[in-house]
Amino acid sequence: MVVPKIKVENLNAWFGKKHVLKNINMEIKENTVTAIIGPSGCGKTTFLRCLNRMHEIIPGARVSGKVIFNGINIYDKGVDPVIIRKKIGMVFQKPNPFPMMSIYDNVAIGLKLNGVRDKKALDTAVRQSLELVNLWDEVKDDLNRSGANLSGGQQQRLCIARALAVEPEVLLMDEPCSALDPISTAKIEALIRRLTENYTIVIVTHNIQQAARISDYTAFFYLGELIEYGPTKQIFENPKHELTRKYIMGEFG
Amino acid sequence: MRKLDHYKFRVFKDHIMRFLVYLSLVLVLIPLFSILYEVVKRGISVISLDFFIKPTPTVGEEGGIANAIQGTFITIGLASLIGVPIGLMSGIFLSEYNEHKLSVIVRFFNDVLSGIPSIVIGVFIYTLIVRSIGFSVIAAAFALAIIMIPIVTRTTEEALKLVPLSLREAAIALGLPRWKIIPTIVLRSARKTVVTGILLSIARIAGESAPILVTMGYWRWWFAGLDRPVANLALNVFIFATSPFESWRALAWGSALVLILIILGINIAVRIIMREKSW
Repeated sequence: MVVPKIKVENLNAWFGKKHVLKNINMEIKENTVTAIIGPSGCGKTTFLRCLNRMHEIIPGARVSGKVIFNGINIYDKGVDPVIIRKKIGMVFQKPNPFPMMSIYDNVAIGLKLNGVRDKKALDTAVRQSLELVNLWDEVKDDLNRSGANLSGGQQQRLCIARALAVEPEVLLMDEPCSALDPISTAKIEALIRRLTENYTIVIVTHNIQQAARISDYTAFFYLGELIEYGPTKQIFENPKHELTRKYIMGEFG
Repeated sequence: MRKLDHYKFRVFKDHIMRFLVYLSLVLVLIPLFSILYEVVKRGISVISLDFFIKPTPTVGEEGGIANAIQGTFITIGLASLIGVPIGLMSGIFLSEYNEHKLSVIVRFFNDVLSGIPSIVIGVFIYTLIVRSIGFSVIAAAFALAIIMIPIVTRTTEEALKLVPLSLREAAIALGLPRWKIIPTIVLRSARKTVVTGILLSIARIAGESAPILVTMGYWRWWFAGLDRPVANLALNVFIFATSPFESWRALAWGSALVLILIILGINIAVRIIMREKSW
């Protein structure tokens, strides 16, 4: 039995009075891809944002329960959310590179602001991160140009490189391909598979086929509840719950 | 047939409204251009090289406004040195620490401050500073700084609030603390709008005369220390425009022209900065 990288216990989340996540219990295994699927408004994104304490930055948002990461409950008093977010990185739905920064600085900024001054170390980190996302060959001559001029798919890979540069252990991805064309999507899906060697990935997706293609485990959320969670193969071929079956068959969504 | 009439009536209404809009435009521009025309016509005749390098003359002598230009820049510069950091910090506080209990109070009093007549601010500084160290550049700069602060605060707050949430979230998700995100991501994204607000506040105080009058008074010599008064363009206009001598009245028009050109220059700089978009 593999020790879970993240263990979620009785997690509840609210926006003001609205109860958006209800008693979620789940274990996320190391070096796997876990897909979160479900219809719009079911709490997928909120769940993801609870895993690195991004939920609480929205005014009126509240969380209860435990998220145990490397044996520590990240919601314990005295745990600095800034350190948690360094270890659990995030990629957003819409590519959001810093438009006023060069491609180089976009990747290096996390390290720079965390006190890395050594130019050589920064160069190496930037190169490695960009190579990891297969962007290095496309941008190596334009490192000083603005990241805002790249295509959508390139921008998203730049954002993934930026998140990887600070060396997280877990990468949370919130529908990273929903704004991209099929070719860019295929590149990012291949990249996600490659990243499982060293990272644990949790990905929210609207695209059921995508979940089937890239994930090892799938969780189906509906109206703020975790309906079913298990190996992707089992969820897709032999769902235990009627709702899961209907959603996967495209009967609602 | 009725349908067509209805259509004609709409076209007619459209013409009327368009006419009214153009008319108001002309009505707005007439005072502006008549002022500019008058100032340029009367001011341009006194402008020469001497006008810019010689200080205030005595009666019957040749002179210029060099000391007033020097004084205006020194006063505005010192006021900006005091007012800009405070305004910038308050703007950052209001935008980035919006959830803080004090922010409502700060925003309210900032709005109140921006509505206080500048002469009242001048009198306040008079009792606070002038009565202890005398009429001086320092006193005038403090008065002008108080006029600047609410403007800089408001424009900074608005500028920072325009920075998209997605950029802040990207920075937060990288595990960066807030105090590092503000200067590197938020302020940097909004820097053009912030600089614009600062420049506009400088343009605003450049033409102030009432608070200068009660904090520094009129002074006709060169700069001689921050605890002493210095000449000022706006007060040049005030003093010379009502003088009995033709040459002095010409000096007033010349000062007015230079003052307007300085303010116009700042506004053009703002336009140029804003033309290049931040993102």
